[in-house]
Amino acid sequence: MKPAPFEYIAPNNLDEALIAMEVNGFDGKLLAGGQSLIPVMNFRLAQPAVIVDLNGVTELDFIRPNPGGGVTIGALTRQSRLEHDAIVRDRVPLLHATIPFIAHPQIRNRGTIGGSLAHADPAGELPVLSVALQARFKLQRYDKERWVNATDFYQALFMTALEPQEIMTAIEIPPLPPRTGWAFQELARRHGDYAQAGVATLIALDDDGVCTYARLVFLNVGEIPMVATEAAQLLVGERISAESITAVVNHAIQHEIEPTSDVHASADYKRHLAGVLTKRAIRQAANRVTS
Amino acid sequence: MTTRQFGKRVKRNEDPRLLTGQALFVDDVDLPNMAHMAFVRSPHAHARILAIDTSAALEVEGVVGVYSAESLGDYWQHGPLLVSPPPVKDIIFNQRTQVPLAKGKVRYAGEPVVCIVAESRYIAEDAADLVYVDYELLDAVVDCEAGTKPDAPQVYDDLELAFSHLNNVNAHVVQIKGDGANFDAIAAQAAHIIKRRFYYDHGASAPMETRGIVADWDRRAHRLTIWDTTQAPVFIRNGMAAFLGLSENQVRVIAPLIGGGFGPKIMMFYPEEMLAPWLSMKLNRPIKWIEDRSEHFVATTQERDQIHYAEMALDADGKILAVRDRFFHDAGAYAPYGLTVPLNSQCTLLGCYDIPAYHSTFTSVFTNKPIVTPYRGAGRQHGVFVMERLLDIAAREMGIDKAEIRRRNFIQPDQFPYNNEIIFQDFAALRYDSGNYEPALDTVLERIGYHDFYESDARRLTEDGRLLGLGLVSYVEGTGIGPYEGARVQVQSNGRVSVATGIGTQGQGHFTSFAQIVADQLGVAVTDVDLVTGDTDQFHWGAGTFASRGAVVAGNAINEAARDVRDKILKLASEKLEVADADLELTGGTVRVKGVPSSAISLGQLAQEANPMRGAVRPGTEPGLESSNYFGPEYGATASGIHAMIVAVDPETFDVEILQYAVVHDCGAVINPLIVDGQIHGGVAQGIGNAFYEKLAYDSSGQLLSGTFMDYLLPTALDVPRMSVAHMETLSPLNPLGIKGVGEAGAIPVGPLFVQAVEDALHVTGIEILECPISPSRIWELVNLLS
Repeated sequence: MKPAPFEYIAPNNLDEALIAMEVNGFDGKLLAGGQSLIPVMNFRLAQPAVIVDLNGVTELDFIRPNPGGGVTIGALTRQSRLEHDAIVRDRVPLLHATIPFIAHPQIRNRGTIGGSLAHADPAGELPVLSVALQARFKLQRYDKERWVNATDFYQALFMTALEPQEIMTAIEIPPLPPRTGWAFQELARRHGDYAQAGVATLIALDDDGVCTYARLVFLNVGEIPMVATEAAQLLVGERISAESITAVVNHAIQHEIEPTSDVHASADYKRHLAGVLTKRAIRQAANRVTS
Repeated sequence: MTTRQFGKRVKRNEDPRLLTGQALFVDDVDLPNMAHMAFVRSPHAHARILAIDTSAALEVEGVVGVYSAESLGDYWQHGPLLVSPPPVKDIIFNQRTQVPLAKGKVRYAGEPVVCIVAESRYIAEDAADLVYVDYELLDAVVDCEAGTKPDAPQVYDDLELAFSHLNNVNAHVVQIKGDGANFDAIAAQAAHIIKRRFYYDHGASAPMETRGIVADWDRRAHRLTIWDTTQAPVFIRNGMAAFLGLSENQVRVIAPLIGGGFGPKIMMFYPEEMLAPWLSMKLNRPIKWIEDRSEHFVATTQERDQIHYAEMALDADGKILAVRDRFFHDAGAYAPYGLTVPLNSQCTLLGCYDIPAYHSTFTSVFTNKPIVTPYRGAGRQHGVFVMERLLDIAAREMGIDKAEIRRRNFIQPDQFPYNNEIIFQDFAALRYDSGNYEPALDTVLERIGYHDFYESDARRLTEDGRLLGLGLVSYVEGTGIGPYEGARVQVQSNGRVSVATGIGTQGQGHFTSFAQIVADQLGVAVTDVDLVTGDTDQFHWGAGTFASRGAVVAGNAINEAARDVRDKILKLASEKLEVADADLELTGGTVRVKGVPSSAISLGQLAQEANPMRGAVRPGTEPGLESSNYFGPEYGATASGIHAMIVAVDPETFDVEILQYAVVHDCGAVINPLIVDGQIHGGVAQGIGNAFYEKLAYDSSGQLLSGTFMDYLLPTALDVPRMSVAHMETLSPLNPLGIKGVGEAGAIPVGPLFVQAVEDALHVTGIEILECPISPSRIWELVNLLS
């Protein structure tokens, strides 16, 4: 469990990092928190020729409130900072409440938001949240930059819109629509494990309790964060009831997720579990609207 | 008068050293000019080796040597059979033991094929990537029951079918108690018969410290020093001397502090253990190998599954009349540790119960998976699972309370010593020395709140809608088997007492428990006793730490040696003080005339006087206050226990949480309740892992699918509940201290306990769980199968 030989570059600022990636992007890898990269290198499943260590690029470690609501977060911001930050707590409570589900405190102390989003593990909480919250990512090269929506960023298993020379530098999370409740539900075998299934839910209700907006994004039941668009649409115009929830759950788990079996759980169980969690999440999110 | 230390909750002598990082572990050994080993391991479970090309690896800068089976010459040999087959009539036993590097064929994924020595582990692993091995793939034997079919692939080409129809047989053993051979006739008269197929899987020991070895040949002194994570250093020393053509006193094996043993670190003569010393002598430099975590899942022995077809005949009162069991045991690719695991399953199945007739047959089957040898519990879990599940099912079908059916079948106090007639792992008849099971049951029922729990259905539901279930399981553990251990006890000139014993230590608290025994004999403080274990230059007789025998066998040997020293102290002091032995007492590190503090001579002073610089040591006497002595029990002492737990099951996700856990345990006289509690806690934690989290999952080609800690789930502190532990002390008559072993106890009953509790929580669904481990996914499937 020793990595293959590699060259190590430690830029001190973003410009240096971007230049390093221009030169080495095709056979190099960015090192952020290292919580996924180091193990796969030690197993020699990944053998990058060059490691560009972002940890000296401290300008990417920030949390900023946006004027119109929402926040912008630097990609190198540690997950533990998100967990304890008042701006995140007040402006993106779903993100704040979900961080403790990510692994363990020691891992969150190292792991970064950008690292997790770019690694694109379908069982990761942050990619699912970014899609649920309709975040967008700033992807930079030395001489250009672009913003990509989270929903477009995730393309296939561990495959994203990120070009080899690009660095994800910032994450912009827009404010939630008014009267929106939120919930995150997952079930892991042990606390801190990748969940067997999970779901992030947003529900907006009008004064009469009729749903005006719903969003359901699933974790670890497909190659990427799975958005149940049709199922969510079934709830719009309806009140939250056992019947409306059942209709949403059934449609989502039958048509909009694609779980596979692994050593911990069968695909059928994950499908069932996703349904149970969705039911609970919709109720919890709806309760948060009124409370 | 010094108070007795035996039985007190004394804090551990070794902890300051361990907790401040001052202890020596094998990986701390760093010698000048040391080279490092790495291995090319088979990626396939079953294949022929057609060609090996090491040329590219040899060209890597920093590579010292590359070795295959051919390069080992005459040193290439099968490992020893560590435990011979038991003296059971008509036994079939086919001996197949591991080799240092595969030759001709690989038999499990992870088997070492090529060994690389390099200036660093990094370079060695780089070179290993460049070795090319050409394999011809063969179908693998993965399932032990299917592996016995005549058309199954053959792990050994030369192994013939047993009884003309059983393939891949490592062993076939039939044991009978009483009228067990006539099970059918007994069953024909019985009021009730239970008959089921059971599956029990037990996993990897996963110690905090993986295996490791450093070997250092000193060509000037002609001595070989081996630091090894072994539980049996004396055995390793003697074996390595023989393999390398050295005298035993030319080899020193040091098993320093070890981060968990649990069985697989016993004297296995693993490939890495065989190669490092040989390479050190060949290359004239120290050689180091530290097993990494991914190697551990394939390179260290494990336990695995058994499939049981079991029947129980009962009378109308729920008294067991007879049990018949036929099971398949997965031995893995090689079987160096004989039949200890399946034999333990066969014997321990009988449990705390008075079973007049028993018929048990097992087939141990070679498969294309890593080697199976004892891991904490050592097959006992499998047997306990079958017996306890049979009783649970009988209780339910016959409408008898599950505590009551156990009570009715317990062996009674006046039946001890109780003879189960069949042959146990120590090759003695399976006899229980002592026991008292009913009071233990009453205590555990009270501690878990058994009667209240079943009084009303309201107790069966949590506020958040989860279903509650209760489990109750009893078990015995055969412990403290021979052959013997020894110890040397010596009073030093500074008044401290040194003790050396041949067993290894892996966290059991030997530095404290053994010190307590010595402290009582010599009247010194526990902290004034210094213990050395696992250094063959300090003590070179004994067997090792396994089978829950350290305290029983080495503890009693230390007691014997300490008593000898006590006699020497009294004899010398009586001469000095001119009083009779009987008028002396040992207290506070001194010997004195009873009740006369002014007469005291310190033990250090006395030790100096026992080693005079003038005058002669008289014929028939020895210098110093020192003695070596030995202890070997006639047969093993039988410990026992009853565990109970309450679980909450989510009726939709089927996730399970353990809410309450109670243990009543009886290991005879308890030397240190703090340490025994810790043994129970750790054992239960491993048992919980076995029941609900850990699973060595293999695909149909024999590839391990759960070879990391991301997939092989160990219970964490969050998953292990607080336990209420009570000790009962039914003394063993087999040793002067009256103790029984406790090392494996905690781990043994948890599988059936957990399964029973989950089944109880879900009783309205009617599910019957006949397998272990289980998971939320599997429970959901079982519930779904019914609807």
